Formats: sequence, C-alpha cells, structure tokens
Amino acid sequence: MAETSVKTQQAETKPPSPQLENMKKVYKKLKKNKTAMVGGILILFFIIVSIIGPVLTPFDPDAQDYTNRLASPNADNWFGTDHHGRDIFTRIIHGTSITLYIGFSSVLLGSVAGTVIGIVSGYYGKKIDAILMRSMDVLLAFPGILLALAIVSILGGSLQNVIIAVAVFSIPVFARIVRGSTLAVKKLEYVDAVRALGASDFRIIFRHILPNIMSPIIVQATLRMATAILAASGLSFLGLGAQPPTPEWGAILSQGRNYMWDDPHYALFPGLAIVVVVLAFNLFGDGLRDALDPKTKG
Amino acid sequence: MTTELLQVHNLKQYFPIKGGIFGRKINDVKAVDDITFAINEGETLSIVGESGCGKSTTGRAILRLDEPTSGEVTFDGEDLLSLNKKEMQKKRKDLQIIFQDPYASINPRQTVRQVLNEAMEIQNVLPKEERYDRMIELLETVGLGPDKLDRFPHEFSGGQRQRIGIARALAVDPKMIVCDESVSALDVSVQAQVLNLLQKLQKDLNLTYLFISHDLGVVRHISDRVLVMYLGKIVEIADKKSLFDNPKHPYTKTLLSAIPVPDPNAKKEQIVLKGDVPSPIDPPTGCRFHTRCPFATDRCKEEVPELRQNENLMGEQHQAACHYIEEIESGEMQPKY
Repeated sequence: MAETSVKTQQAETKPPSPQLENMKKVYKKLKKNKTAMVGGILILFFIIVSIIGPVLTPFDPDAQDYTNRLASPNADNWFGTDHHGRDIFTRIIHGTSITLYIGFSSVLLGSVAGTVIGIVSGYYGKKIDAILMRSMDVLLAFPGILLALAIVSILGGSLQNVIIAVAVFSIPVFARIVRGSTLAVKKLEYVDAVRALGASDFRIIFRHILPNIMSPIIVQATLRMATAILAASGLSFLGLGAQPPTPEWGAILSQGRNYMWDDPHYALFPGLAIVVVVLAFNLFGDGLRDALDPKTKG
Repeated sequence: MTTELLQVHNLKQYFPIKGGIFGRKINDVKAVDDITFAINEGETLSIVGESGCGKSTTGRAILRLDEPTSGEVTFDGEDLLSLNKKEMQKKRKDLQIIFQDPYASINPRQTVRQVLNEAMEIQNVLPKEERYDRMIELLETVGLGPDKLDRFPHEFSGGQRQRIGIARALAVDPKMIVCDESVSALDVSVQAQVLNLLQKLQKDLNLTYLFISHDLGVVRHISDRVLVMYLGKIVEIADKKSLFDNPKHPYTKTLLSAIPVPDPNAKKEQIVLKGDVPSPIDPPTGCRFHTRCPFATDRCKEEVPELRQNENLMGEQHQAACHYIEEIESGEMQPKY
C-alpha cells in the first residue's frame, strides 16, 4: 500500500532528465547565435521544400517544351528553362529531396560505420586499435573527392553508389572523433564502476560510453552533411552520380555548363542552390558545436 | 577464529612506457613492486602512503580493473588472476569498489533507479519483481529517502552521490569492498557521516574493507590494521594501535609526525624529509627510502630490507621493512639531519 503511494508520487514529481534539460540549454545557446539560426531555418526550409515542394510546383520536372528552350527567368519560369525547355525552378525543387536524401543517407552510413570502428578501436586499444586506425589513415590520405571518385568508378555511376562512396570517405573522420571521445570516457570512474560490477563490454559500450559521446558525433554529422552534399553534387557534375534526366543539382549544373556564356541562368541557379544548402549546414553545424560545448557560456 | 578472505602474493603492477618510432617498450613505471599481504574476514585494512606510492593501483589490481603484471590474488580460496573473463565477471559480485570522485563515479545519464537496477541485473541478484523493494531498502540503508529513486546524479550533493555509490556496491551483496579514497573528496562533516555509515554497514553485513587513503585521521578512525606503502613497496604493516603508538619504520614515523594536532600550543617534533619522492621508473636500489631516510647507511643502498618482526619490540602482527629497527629503537643510531 505504502509502496504504491510512493510510486504514484514519483510519477507526479518526476524531475526532468539531464538529456532534456541539456537539450533546452543547448537550444537556448543556439538561439542566441544568429548565424546558426539562419543555417537552421534554411535547413528546415529545404526539408519542407523537399516534402511539399514537388506538389506545389506547376510544371512536371521532365516535361519538355521545345518552343520555350533556354528562356531567361520570367514570371512563368522563375529560374528560366533549360535546353529541353524544362522549367529549372521545378527541377531544382524536385532535386532538393534527392540532394537531402544523398546527404542524409551517406552521412548516416558513414557515421554508423565510423562510430563502430572508433568505439571498438578506442575501447579495445592495442593491436585492434593500431590496425583499425592505420587503415583509417590510409583512407584519410586520399583527398575525399578522389577517393569517392575511385569508389564510384569501381562500382559504376549511380545514385546508390554515390551514397556509398561519400559514406566511405566520411568513415575515417567519424572513426577518429569517436575514438578520441571513447578514450576519454572509458577512463571515467563510472565505467570502472560498472566494470567492477561485472558488466559485459557490450553493455559498457552501448549503455555507458555511446550515450556520453553523442554530441561530437551529432556536430560532425551536421558538418559532414555539407561535405557530403558537395561531394555528391561534384560526382554528378562529373557524370558519375545521378544520371540525366534525374533533376540532381550537380547534374543540372553540369548540363548548364555548356550554355554558360549565352544563358548563365541555367548553371547559376543549381549552383546557387548547392551553395546555399552547403552554407546552411556549415553555419548550423558550427553553431551546434559552440552550443554543445559546455565551456561556452549561454 | 579469523580467516583470511583475501591474500595478495608478490603482486607486481608495472605500466610500460612506450616510445620511439615503433612504440617499443622503453621502461616500466613500477607502480606496485612485489607486495604481499592478507586481509581477514570482517576487518578493515587500510593502505596509506603519499600520492603515487601505489595504493590505488593495488586496489585496482586486486579487482583486475588493471591487469596486474604478475603475482597472485586469492579471494575466498580462489585465484582471481587465473579466472577467465566470464568467470571473473561472475566473481565480481563478491568484490566491489567505491570510488574517490562522487561526481565522476555515476553515469550522469542514469537515474538512481537505473544505476541500482543495472547492478542487480548484471549479477542477476534478484528476480525483476523483487528489485523495487530491494532498491528502496538499499536507499534506506545508505540514508536516502525512496523519493530519490528517480533522480539524476546532478540533483545530488557530493555526499549523497557517494551514498549512491555505496548503494550500488551493496546492491550485489558483496563480501568485500575496496574503498579507494572514498571520503577524500568530501568535506569533513560529510566525511564523518559516510565513515560512520561504512562502519555501520560493516557491522550489519559483515563486510571486509580494503580502505585506501592518504588521510591518517580517517585511517585511524576506521581501520583495524594499517599498511604503509612507499614507492610501490610495503614499509610497515601493523594493527592500528601499534602503528600509531609505536611506529618502527623511519618513513612511518615521518608520516605520523605530519598529522596535525588540534592544539596550537602543542610542541611536537616534526620530521621533515628532504627532497622529493624518487621516480617509480627507476626506483632507488636497496631500500627505496634510503635517499631520504635520516638513518640510511651503505647497507640500505644495496640490500632490500624484508618485512620482519622483532618479538621484543613489536606486537604479534607488526612488521616493518627496515634493517635497523633495533638500532634506531635503542638510540644506537642517531638521525643525520
């Protein structure tokens, strides 16, 4: 009887978890950082556009209209039309989801793989650490885009392979960061305490180390989104990624390049779109890093 | 009839120093160098010594939180160092540790409930349904109310956190607890509370403590026997009374002379050693204390003194590692200051 009353009382006065409180604090700091907020709002804007944009645009991204080729920006075609008479604005809107999809999935793949490698490396140390980190060094030694290029040329050019390629060149970055954080957290006394209780490595890693190294992973993932999008567009630009007529920004840019002198709008707008989205992720990532750093005052 | 619960034989803990291009081992930090002692069931053995003498390392090596370089640790008749990982994880139920820093020893993302539940879950102490009652009981034992169960570590003071640490250790019904500087980070009034709690628990649950501390006042309060370490070696071991009233090793004497006396007019001879503690990478030959000992002779530089007992001068369980116990005691040797 007494026990149940205690239980209900607890449910009522349950204090906020440190995660929640921490998130509130981070949000407060983030709100003060104007550039980060601009980045965040832009990202939100792009996400919304990618979801509802395709429904709102009046044109079909693949509908060709040869009577209206290479039209300059006007009231009907805000960003003009391309060499097949397709509306560039519509194509860019439709491309948003592709761009974000490539960014998200490649960063997700890369961060998961990198985190696993980093934690195993940092937690077990010694030979495993040496082998894993030296192989990460090998990957890091290649310039990112060159590595992605090599992977895509081996696997063949397609959207999926671009994601894999971009993910692979993100792995070492995550692995290094996670390894460093793991080394720091593993030395803390509470990890020793659960080890002294007889906890398995699996439990220590997933219950005690991983939750406490999430912030650098999240920051890196945000910043990495920008790099991933840029790299994916670069690959498409080179003709190794999304194949036409897919309205991928890099691919549109690549086609627009042929008309750069006479019809600069064709290359300008997809280029601008890439710049803005990359900038947005960079700004937001930088702000997030400052906000998650407990040393900066909110 | 006392039985020895834990026996430590020739325990060595060397930490390799790596360097050079290929990370070869250059040298070792000889943190604990060949120590042997035993703890009786139900008693409190304290290890004292200054920073870096190997007291914490000894505790961690016994628990295999760091794998010892060599030696034997027999707990309850079983050699811990020969157990494989799985067996050791099971055995950890009987051997718990309470840490120094109450702010670092609890995962900041877990509630007290999760902390205690995890301890019981790992060792499968109780079926799920009975765990709640046990948690409330544990909190009560360490002097915390049941309303604290769903709180997070950051909502507690240092003393309260240390109590949670104690509750966590108790959750698996251990036989022995290593208290690694467990009260050093607390302020004095809270220290006293936690010490009294530890003593009460010892009586109620028949616990055995290995109490690691640099605070001689605390050690004097809680110990049955005291072990003094210097640079990875045992210099003296004795029951509390003999050690504090009748220290035999020059180092122990120095250490005890540093205890502050709560009387501003008290005249007390204070022995101040010259120099710093030598490096444990290249410890001095012979007696490790010879570089700072006021009685040191050439013999001390060459011959390593063993722990020994002089029946006329010392109690039954009193041993010290000095060549000149008798000479110093009789006044035959005078300190060279």
